[in-house]
Amino acid sequence: MMDESLRELYQEVILDHSRHPRHFGKLAEPNHVGEGHNPLCGDRVKVYLAVDDQNRIADVAFEGKGCAISQASASLMTDMIKGRTVAEAENLMDGFLHLVKGEDASEIAADDRDHLDVMAGVSAFPMRVKCATLAWHTMKSALEGGGTAVTP
Amino acid sequence: MTAQPKMSSLKPFDVEAARAEFDILKREVYGKKLVYLDNAASAQKPNIVLDAMRDFARLDYANVHRGVHYLSGKATDAYEAARESVRRFIHAKHVDEIVFTKGGTEAINLVAASFLGPRVEAGDEIVLTTMEHHSNIVPWHFLRERQGAVLRWVDVADDGSLDADAVAAAIGPRTKLVALTHMSNVLGTVTPLKEIVALAHAHGVPVLADGCQGAVHELVDVQDLDIDFYALTGHKLYGPTGIGALYAKRAHLKAMRPFNGGGEMIREVTRDAITYADPPARFEAGTPPIIEAVGLGVALDYLSSFDRAAVAAHEHDLLAHATAAIADLNWARIIGRAPGKGAILSFEAEGMHAHDLATILDREGVAVRAGHHCAQVLMERFDVVSTTRVSFALYNTHEEVDVLVSALHKARKILG
Repeated sequence: MMDESLRELYQEVILDHSRHPRHFGKLAEPNHVGEGHNPLCGDRVKVYLAVDDQNRIADVAFEGKGCAISQASASLMTDMIKGRTVAEAENLMDGFLHLVKGEDASEIAADDRDHLDVMAGVSAFPMRVKCATLAWHTMKSALEGGGTAVTP
Repeated sequence: MTAQPKMSSLKPFDVEAARAEFDILKREVYGKKLVYLDNAASAQKPNIVLDAMRDFARLDYANVHRGVHYLSGKATDAYEAARESVRRFIHAKHVDEIVFTKGGTEAINLVAASFLGPRVEAGDEIVLTTMEHHSNIVPWHFLRERQGAVLRWVDVADDGSLDADAVAAAIGPRTKLVALTHMSNVLGTVTPLKEIVALAHAHGVPVLADGCQGAVHELVDVQDLDIDFYALTGHKLYGPTGIGALYAKRAHLKAMRPFNGGGEMIREVTRDAITYADPPARFEAGTPPIIEAVGLGVALDYLSSFDRAAVAAHEHDLLAHATAAIADLNWARIIGRAPGKGAILSFEAEGMHAHDLATILDREGVAVRAGHHCAQVLMERFDVVSTTRVSFALYNTHEEVDVLVSALHKARKILG
């Protein structure tokens, strides 16, 4: 019998994102780049953003090495933020952080929630929340001018 | 002695009797029986240690080396008896060669700050191996950053073994210290310490060993090794956290400047001058972790009450069992297969990150370590981001290895 929370954590969508990450690689001409590092496990991620003059994320890519949770979260994030404004992406990040910590995430719009819900299982694994948030913190640090984001 | 203890004519070690002393091994996690295989990170503590600490704190406690009252004398006796237990455990010649520290990390930092710091000039060299724990790297990096010391790295072979001649070859006219592990916390490699000490001494170079793992699994005789410095930590030796020890030859300690300043470590303080206490007090500023020291002494006496060779044979059986089972999985790669290695097993699983694997094992009750194990230089050497590490203690069983293996199969099913 498989533990229900494990099934929830490693559901097919997550594994698919981690095995076949979307937007994996570099951008030719990014105007925001951020690097993220989880010093506890050594996981690293780099996020490339091309933000246009409308403050819209025209394109995004990431590269990195890490666990299924961190890779899936990064892949999902790139899917979710592409085409959005910077402000929308940051709001989405706030909601995502609430979601994976098991807190009230009602600020997330319903159709976004449908996509992000696959990550909600992380909240049952407090030791793994940092894996899920690394790419998002890195995206934010890229938007704020780069530097290395370290999972808090 | 760093050689494996002799195996002949021994009664087998009674693991079930030993387990009965560890209440934590009876508990469950997530409704599964706990299988604790993270002993290289920290070992569980037997009741005899916990009871001794509690009884000491309840009935005999006071500060040490201070008061003239009855309990102060009792506590001082207990604290110094613990020092004697450490001396006996590593067969040091003199009890004043044992300095209590917070742990292995502080012991090594003490040597860096008080022994090597004053002796290092820009361009002087420190020889290290690529399998050191960060606690035996960072203090030497401090001397690189602050004083221009040069770190000379000796690589391990692909199987994780260390060639004494490779260490000797790295020693040059400017080498001021060789600092290396007695037993790798990732690979389990046991280093040829005695040979390395002899080769280093031939060049007049002192040697420090990080014994945080080695002291647990090997018999240590610092006189036979002729080693200059040996660092150990209590919590991996079935003792409490917050206590460890540095062994240093008496002549070194006498020539070393103080580490922290404060009470206990002085002889006399005036407005204009201070004189320092003799070692080991010189290096034990402030009120020490007295209760923890008592616990460490009891832990070492407890470990010594076993036939250590029989314990080692038991741990090697577990290692052989786990190694065979994991080597059988065509999706796992064992890192570190040095001959004579100790009971630590690291591996990389194809297509599975160590953290995902460890999370699934955890839900089966199996506690392992996943990550870089504070050995990033070694991770880079083997071109891995992280590994899964299984590490054994005297209380582990063959059945627990079987639970581990079936949990690994399950992880493969979920993630593979």
